[in-house]
Amino acid sequence: MQAVIQATMDFLKLYWAPLLCGLVIVAVLPLVVGYIVLVERKLMADMQARLGPMRVGPHGLLQPIADAVKLLIKEDIIPDNADKLVFWLAPVLSVGAALLSIAGLAIGPAFQIAKDINIGILFVVGVSAMGIFGIVLGGWASNSHYSLMGSLRSSAQLVSYETAAGMALVSGLLLTGTLNIKAIVEAQYNEGIWFVMLAPVAFFIYLVASIAETNRAPFDLPEAESELVAGYMTEFSGFRWSLYFLAEYTNMIVVSSVATTLFLGGWLRPFAGVRFFNFLDYVPSLLMMIVGVYCFVRVPKQPVMVQKIFMVSVGYLCLAVALVLFVPVAAPILKPSLREAVAPFYAGIHGAFWFIFKVSAYIYFFMWLRFTIPRYRFDQLMRLGWQFLIPLSIVNVLVVGVALIVGEYFHLHGWAMLLVTTPAAIIALVVALMILAAGQESQAGKENAAASDFYAG
Amino acid sequence: MLDKILFYIFAGLAIASAALMVTRRNAVHSAIFLVTALLATAGIFLQLRAEFLFIVQIILYVGGIMVLFIFVIMLVNLDVALQQIQFARQKWVALIVALALSAQLGLMLWSSDKIPGQGIPVLAAPPASELPANSEAVARSLFGTYLLAFEIASVLLLVAMIGAVVMAKKEK
Repeated sequence: MQAVIQATMDFLKLYWAPLLCGLVIVAVLPLVVGYIVLVERKLMADMQARLGPMRVGPHGLLQPIADAVKLLIKEDIIPDNADKLVFWLAPVLSVGAALLSIAGLAIGPAFQIAKDINIGILFVVGVSAMGIFGIVLGGWASNSHYSLMGSLRSSAQLVSYETAAGMALVSGLLLTGTLNIKAIVEAQYNEGIWFVMLAPVAFFIYLVASIAETNRAPFDLPEAESELVAGYMTEFSGFRWSLYFLAEYTNMIVVSSVATTLFLGGWLRPFAGVRFFNFLDYVPSLLMMIVGVYCFVRVPKQPVMVQKIFMVSVGYLCLAVALVLFVPVAAPILKPSLREAVAPFYAGIHGAFWFIFKVSAYIYFFMWLRFTIPRYRFDQLMRLGWQFLIPLSIVNVLVVGVALIVGEYFHLHGWAMLLVTTPAAIIALVVALMILAAGQESQAGKENAAASDFYAG
Repeated sequence: MLDKILFYIFAGLAIASAALMVTRRNAVHSAIFLVTALLATAGIFLQLRAEFLFIVQIILYVGGIMVLFIFVIMLVNLDVALQQIQFARQKWVALIVALALSAQLGLMLWSSDKIPGQGIPVLAAPPASELPANSEAVARSLFGTYLLAFEIASVLLLVAMIGAVVMAKKEK
């Protein structure tokens, strides 16, 4: 007994910081997801020329909390013929895998739960891929045809697109030669160029594959409401349903973070390390300040006193964030001796800002696509994955590898690498066009035959 | 101490779920327990500081193979499968094989105790910071020491893949 207590104490002593970070993330993430959903609804409303949620809080700012309360107190229904244990387990698996994969991500140079693990990006990708069990088992356990169909579609889709995404990651990783997330970002700092410039085709493949992997429109066939009610989630209600929802949006955050880390420079400012662009350090605080001032301007337009107060507090919050972002930049200018002391704060705070900014931009792009492109048919989806993305990604790995060898031969670094990687990208694009042309030729005759595909029905 | 506790947790989990996997009547439940067994094994890999093997185990076995397993199982009519006899009637062969295996294992454990330096070598684990990075070490042995074996294995897999494609292709 003594030994067990001792072991527990040792464990806590070693791992109290990651445990705390993990607890904070698990506690905060549902809120973040709620607000992502609000942004999505607002964006959808804007694109469809309407207002979206407006009633709860100013401009619907408290809507996520109302939604969360509604979901929590809804009746929890388990179908009679369901496999109770698996039905209970499935959403937990989904959300558990999604939350666990966040542990590998680095939001700033210092903020990472599983610090400096050697397998960094593989950990994130592999663990988040386990979430599929939640979907498959959930669909099976509900004992309903719609659910089963949804989960079959979903597993087929995930397995196909994971290959393409993995290959895209490989061509990105070739540029760094490491899986460690921190080292990947540092490599982009040292080269002075983001890898999206060096491997644009890989980024494109990852972008498409990541949309398919998170079951987002236009690839949201597993939950296509016009044909399958809600796919694998059909029989789930209340809290269990919200767990699936949480897992889906967490997965969105995870894939965007992986793309940000590998292709978009992680927590680095644009042109990090270039003195000439140092003025970009003021952009974050300026941005927050503008948002804050805009909130104050909008205060008189609010109809109710409570909403006015809320708007003012949001404004002050933005100003506070602006101040926090401003201090690490301004302090060294006012007092040069502080430069050393302030450096870690600068790296942490501004790193987090840029990381979150890029992830938000990526997620914004997801939403934009959702409201722009109509849903694919299942056979079209499979054809896109197997006949276009996977061959293209394999070719891309080859081409990027050759480009790197040539670059090494001529001792090219940083922006000069573009000299070899741009031709490589062009070759990959030509191959892509050839694949597309060949596919269209062979598919033109079978269009009707393909529609009778098993999963398409 | 912590290492030992974690090892027994993982090992116990692996054995228990392996046993449950064999005894469950429902094929999907069996598959879930197989996933648990594989994950527990991955945990032991991680304890041995082979983090690359850990993640490969998860990505390949859990994320790839098991998903396909479950995919196939879901297409099978489980109600029919439940009525069928589950175990093959090969008690005596199985008994002999099991006895031979356990005798082998027992002999090894016994000899490791009796003859010092002859049985199972117990390595003293060096601290993690002194070990070479695991993915690099695996890559070096795969593409250096065991290159030929690796290439032969990949050609074999390719042959199997092409064979599957040819067999699945419809006659025209």
